[in-house]
Amino acid sequence: MNISVFLLTLVALLAFSYWVGRRRAYTVSGGHPVHLHSLPSYYGGYLALWCGLPGVLLAAGWFLVEPQVAQWAMLQTLDPATKDLPPQRLQLLMTDIQNLAAGYGIFREVTPEIERAAAAYNDVFAFGRSIALVAALSLSVIGLGVGRRFIRTDLRARNKVERVITIVMIVASTIAIMTTIGIVLSLLFEAVRFFGRIPIDNFLFGLTWDPQTAIREDQVAAEGAFGAVPLFTGTLLITAIAMAVAVPVGLFSAIYLSDYAPKRIRGSVKPLLEILAGVPTVVYGFFAALTVAPFIRDTFGGLGLSVSSESALAAGAVMGIMIIPFVSSLSDDVMNAVPQTLRDGAYAMGATQSETIKQVVFPAALPGIVGAILLAISRAIGETMIVVMAAGLAANLTANPFEAVTTVTVQIVTLLTGDQEFDSAKTLAAFALGITLFAVTLALNVVALHIVRKYREKYE
Amino acid sequence: MSSTSNTADLSVRRPDLSAARLRKRYAAERRFRLYGVIAVVTAVGMLAVLLASIVLNGYTAFWQTQMQLTVTPTAEQIGLEGEPTPENLQETNFRPVVYDALFALFPDVTDEQARRELRGFVSGAAARTVRQQVIDNPSLLGTSFDVWVKTDDKIDMLQKGYVDRDLPPDRRLLDPNFIAWHDQLAEQGRVDAFFNTSFFTGSDSREPEQAGILSSTVGSFLTLFVTLLLSFPIAVLAAVYLEEFAPKNKLTDLIEVNINNLAAVPSIVFGLLGLAVIINFFGFPRSSPLVGGIVLSLMTLPTIIISARSALRAVPPSIREAALGVGASRIQTVTHHVLPLSLPGILTGTIIGMAQALGETAPLLMVGMVAFIVEVPTGITDASTVLPVQVFLWSTSPERAFIEKTSAAIMVLLAFLIAMNATAVLLRKKFERRW
Repeated sequence: MNISVFLLTLVALLAFSYWVGRRRAYTVSGGHPVHLHSLPSYYGGYLALWCGLPGVLLAAGWFLVEPQVAQWAMLQTLDPATKDLPPQRLQLLMTDIQNLAAGYGIFREVTPEIERAAAAYNDVFAFGRSIALVAALSLSVIGLGVGRRFIRTDLRARNKVERVITIVMIVASTIAIMTTIGIVLSLLFEAVRFFGRIPIDNFLFGLTWDPQTAIREDQVAAEGAFGAVPLFTGTLLITAIAMAVAVPVGLFSAIYLSDYAPKRIRGSVKPLLEILAGVPTVVYGFFAALTVAPFIRDTFGGLGLSVSSESALAAGAVMGIMIIPFVSSLSDDVMNAVPQTLRDGAYAMGATQSETIKQVVFPAALPGIVGAILLAISRAIGETMIVVMAAGLAANLTANPFEAVTTVTVQIVTLLTGDQEFDSAKTLAAFALGITLFAVTLALNVVALHIVRKYREKYE
Repeated sequence: MSSTSNTADLSVRRPDLSAARLRKRYAAERRFRLYGVIAVVTAVGMLAVLLASIVLNGYTAFWQTQMQLTVTPTAEQIGLEGEPTPENLQETNFRPVVYDALFALFPDVTDEQARRELRGFVSGAAARTVRQQVIDNPSLLGTSFDVWVKTDDKIDMLQKGYVDRDLPPDRRLLDPNFIAWHDQLAEQGRVDAFFNTSFFTGSDSREPEQAGILSSTVGSFLTLFVTLLLSFPIAVLAAVYLEEFAPKNKLTDLIEVNINNLAAVPSIVFGLLGLAVIINFFGFPRSSPLVGGIVLSLMTLPTIIISARSALRAVPPSIREAALGVGASRIQTVTHHVLPLSLPGILTGTIIGMAQALGETAPLLMVGMVAFIVEVPTGITDASTVLPVQVFLWSTSPERAFIEKTSAAIMVLLAFLIAMNATAVLLRKKFERRW
């Protein structure tokens, strides 16, 4: 039984149980629904819950344990000698068996034992899943029968149905928390394993980044260097360039649009800026690599400077363009929140419009603007595609914007795409970088959101 | 008049209203205003440059150079066994036929070395084109007929004028022979540009002239489908709870702060979460739209929740009070009145969130949707890729022809995004209600 058949049957069963519940409610009320505690449709919903919940929970439970069950079944078929292999080699063997089971070619001799294991692995997905799904449907039918007996005129169906709905809503609203916990735990778990191999101070304060580790332990190769300082400085350099572009342009656009622009211009320019925000970052990356980087190389190269083809300046400038609408719309918001009375007061004293903005509106809006800039910085630090495509991979420890630098996000991408062995310091390093990134941006966001919110309350 | 002299004596500082100072202040005013104009023009100009560079680099990709060959396929040459049924023909090899036709066009090319080079003049897809013609009309077998086939991408670039003929040969990246052959054919009218249908009906390929966006577009749709299916109901439930039911306490405060923070977490972190938890811990299939969709829905949830909450907040309390007043339960009030009234706003937010998800690349790289996919995915567990990742993959390819393909794929992606955002704007305009 496959999943789509299961889902279709389940939907049919639910519709049927809803209909049965309503019919039953009519029957027990003797044809007079007025005697019922709730509207008949609630009895339908009540029975549908009885029918749906147990079956769906059972099916969901099966899908959670399915991979583990399949692995266990696979292990059972292996010879005892194979099971005594060292854990790492056993893990490799199991991965190969899984690949074989999925129909891919593997780089080892396919023995009958391995074939047997792959078959056992596939059986779990075929028969095991069918059995579980059939069991789930049977449970639904049983639930239908049991629930039907509870339907009486004094059953408080509405309250029960609504309680279930409320619980579902609460669960849905905690998903945000679960996501955060999931992020923190998963990153922390892998990062701790990384710091078990590379001391944390080497990572935070080391000056060379060269994540090439030996694949086999007996291999003669350079011990990888995991000093992340070049990545941090690279990220900071690009962020600084991006801010140097985005803050003045964004801020002055916001000032012009909120205080000077006639309505018509404001109405047409604002959506244009929003378009800038809606362009996918991969497009900016392509733009940076294809158009901006050669332009910068030709312009500054013509002046006698040495500019590498992938420069921090190109990536940073394009990232700045991307962030302009972010800065401008947030600052526009906070400047609009400054009460008109403050402006009127300044005008009454004879101040010109620009003096009012510089000496009254801007200082009043400053906390909010700082918050907006902090949010923009966090955005720039976490931005990935532009730097992946335009900033390069060389971990140079430099402040020269014409050289190629690399950033935290670029390294995460390069460490985790392509062929990866999932236990090496190389892949784990990506998670260490990830948690650093998460911690920094989280801190920036918390502070910024706090400032923005506090500021908004001040004038409300 | 004495009072004036008195104040002067007290030496009160009065504003300097002299014309010179006023001129200075007005000049500063104009300057300040000019900065604003410059900033706006810069921002809009950047947008224009960005779009222009994409369009100018990419519009040519919608045309494809083809050449006319006169082929004479025989059953013997293509290795046909049995009757010329579609199944049997599917097994045949039309390459020799194509090469013979090509050699016939250039009878003076006899040298083995040069002939090998000449084979590279047509696309690898040419043999398939001819075969398809024969499959469609088996009576062509054994006869001589004209057929337009794709040229190699290098010829395509030459035809479109991307090859600088004045450069010295070693910097031109194109064999002088190719240029001579191309010019010879062009004179005979055997080279022409056609609308590039295979860009929309083909899948990824190492050969630029055969590469298309179908598989990645389908992958994008499957991924977005999963994203929508997960994020919309969850976001609406969460928004309704937080806005209509939640008591003000520590937990709901925490949820609120959390949602706002999640909206600002870098997208790549969600990719790491997907890799560590969904793939490695729960064992979901790598590279699949299912995993991509889950990751993207976690990412778009905050966006939709935030906009759904503001849509719910816009419904005036009088509606709720009226419903409660006639005896509706709180959930009935919400489902019968508040939700339908706020639905346009929620849908607008959802579409904007989906547009964001459609353009997202970084987290999908993490969950392995960056593979080279030739087959069109048929389900949410098949390995697939998405449009923005396809853009990324092509942009890293060295061939010149991929630059225009990349730009064209970006144009398609932007067209989807514009369509989605326009829908959102229209929806807002049509159903927006001022209470």
